Amino acid sequence: MNPPDAALATTSAAPAIAVDGLTKRFGAFTALDGVSFAAGQGEIMGFLGPNGAGKSTLIRILCGLLHPSAGQARVAGIDVARQPEAVRARIGYMSQKFSLYGDLSVVENLRFFAGIYSVPRAEMAGRIAYAVAMAGLGGQENTLVANLAGGWKQRLALGAAILHRPPVLFLDEPTSGVDPESRRRFWELIHTLSGDGVTVLVSTHYMDEAEYCHRIALIARGRLIALGTPLEIKRHSLDGELLALACADLGRALPLVQGAAGVRDAALFGSRIHVTVDEAARRGPELEALLAARGIAGATARPIAPTMEDSFVSLVGKAALNAATSANAAGARP
Amino acid sequence: MKLRRIQAIAVKEALQIVRDPRSLMIALLVPLMQMVIFGYGVNLDIRHIPLCVLDHENGQQSRNLVARFAASNYFSLRRAAGSDREVAQALDEGDCGIALVIPADFSQRLNDGGRATVQALLDGTDSNTANIAAGYAKSVVAAFSAAAQLDAVQRRGGTLQTQTPVGVEARVWFNEALESRNFIVPGIVALVMAIVGAQLTSLTIAREWERGTMELLVSTPVQPMELMIGKLLPYFAVGLADAAICLGLAVFWFEVPFHGTVATLLFTSSLFLTVVLCIGYLVSVSIRSQVGASQVALLATMLPTTLLSGFSFPIEQMPAAVQAATFLVSARYYVEILKAVFLKGAGVVELAVPILCLALYAAVVVVLAARAFRKTLD
Repeated sequence: MNPPDAALATTSAAPAIAVDGLTKRFGAFTALDGVSFAAGQGEIMGFLGPNGAGKSTLIRILCGLLHPSAGQARVAGIDVARQPEAVRARIGYMSQKFSLYGDLSVVENLRFFAGIYSVPRAEMAGRIAYAVAMAGLGGQENTLVANLAGGWKQRLALGAAILHRPPVLFLDEPTSGVDPESRRRFWELIHTLSGDGVTVLVSTHYMDEAEYCHRIALIARGRLIALGTPLEIKRHSLDGELLALACADLGRALPLVQGAAGVRDAALFGSRIHVTVDEAARRGPELEALLAARGIAGATARPIAPTMEDSFVSLVGKAALNAATSANAAGARP
Repeated sequence: MKLRRIQAIAVKEALQIVRDPRSLMIALLVPLMQMVIFGYGVNLDIRHIPLCVLDHENGQQSRNLVARFAASNYFSLRRAAGSDREVAQALDEGDCGIALVIPADFSQRLNDGGRATVQALLDGTDSNTANIAAGYAKSVVAAFSAAAQLDAVQRRGGTLQTQTPVGVEARVWFNEALESRNFIVPGIVALVMAIVGAQLTSLTIAREWERGTMELLVSTPVQPMELMIGKLLPYFAVGLADAAICLGLAVFWFEVPFHGTVATLLFTSSLFLTVVLCIGYLVSVSIRSQVGASQVALLATMLPTTLLSGFSFPIEQMPAAVQAATFLVSARYYVEILKAVFLKGAGVVELAVPILCLALYAAVVVVLAARAFRKTLD
């Protein structure tokens, strides 16, 4: 992959994406509430959040598809609300729903988008060949897109989105419904693009994918609740340390653990209970002893490093608590 | 506007049309079927009205009169009744549209040089047909009286110098009905093209919204005007094929006399096609579901064209307010143009006014359709 078109490139000083206090309301519903962040050139920024959190709304605003209710967003240095057409020429977009033409073949789709993005005719063949190779669709150029498997479709959609070498890419849940092997290949492509200086903003609800991003933004109920590298998020999200507790009767053990000294949070996590405590080395043996005393056999607690999912659950829980508190406070006002 | 983008869209749209042969077949077969159905179905001529005769005399003269009725194209003798009750029954049952009652002294009164009268009983439930049937009956009787008069004079050895009987003039009116197909069929061409043209494009945007391809398309730098032109071009080609089918059927199948030039026809038909394709596009942009868009396009073209284009109901006879409304119906101009091109051989100079109206109409719809397309999801 060649670097993005110089003519379309972002000015080096400004961040590739700069969002400030972005808000989007649909009637009484606030889909996006004062979101601010910035992404630099070549950065892979992941947006993580449950369905309906506002990820798609954010991406659509940045693509100029929705008009922000308040706040400002600049993509490649250009104000999205004021000059959406100038932004559109500088971005590639993969919408959540597959949106290439199923009744057209692989190359017909690519030719169409090359034409729409006014790719120079002299370069068209080369770029289409590159996109085909990148998607691993060599030999299937004339297959109708409707007949491709999910993973190939996604890679083709990515290939179509970079034909005009945009400096900024928006990918809205690009890997949903795709098998793990295809997902891994897809992420390799994203990293290649990033290495070439393309800024990638990608939304996902796969926790493991967040680890592939340079930085992650956690988003819930339209608010940005955390922003940082995967390591930073995991380190700072929990107040305390994490224990994985295995025992016989999880259902009976959980309320006991929740009520124990030094325990800040406890939740079922598969066949274990993940317990956030103030001091893992001291509380682990205490919990084991407590459960044994109550007749629950085989209790073993060992300290673990928090996963992205732990952080996510913890952060979303805190955000919900804050929202409830502020709502109560607002309600209490005369 | 970039030619490059228009070309990309036109090629894509053409590929999609070709990849969907069923829809293409429908687009070409439907006008063919509609032309045939409407061409035969919409017919103002009234022929072969079932006739019931009650001949009280049953003499030479009365049988002559009945024979004249039977020989005319307007009536076909369905029943010879023996009594008034039978006549009443024939009309009641709807078996006959008209009954002719000839009195017993018919010949005698005629031979005495006096006036003979026959009674025509009409089924008035369809007042229009009844009116026309009465008119036809009068004309048959008038022809019969003229012949009878001539016959009587000749028998007396004289020559007839009487003037043409009053009422024969009315036959011109009825002769006009014989030609009704000639002015109806060009109107049907306009009707079919309006319906099919708007249908062709009514799905083109709605389909992209439904399939989810529009979200990506609006995120690209494509301009509304480019999208519209690119999408309309291939449908314009299909529409021209439809026009050729309709006009070809009019000339070669329905044998409507064609006195104009093909160039005039091509030019004016292209103009009208532009209008109806843009109307369909406008509907498609406004309504994001295929079913809804198709229904609205059908309603928006078929009703006004049928009622207000002047193809079946003369505009001059409409109330002033309705007449004013007809100026908003694009087919009105095309019907006017087609009739003039077909029957009078009119060229673009004679048709300047309707052509300019149609051009203005096309310009307005093009602008509306291009502006209606919003590149946002709000």
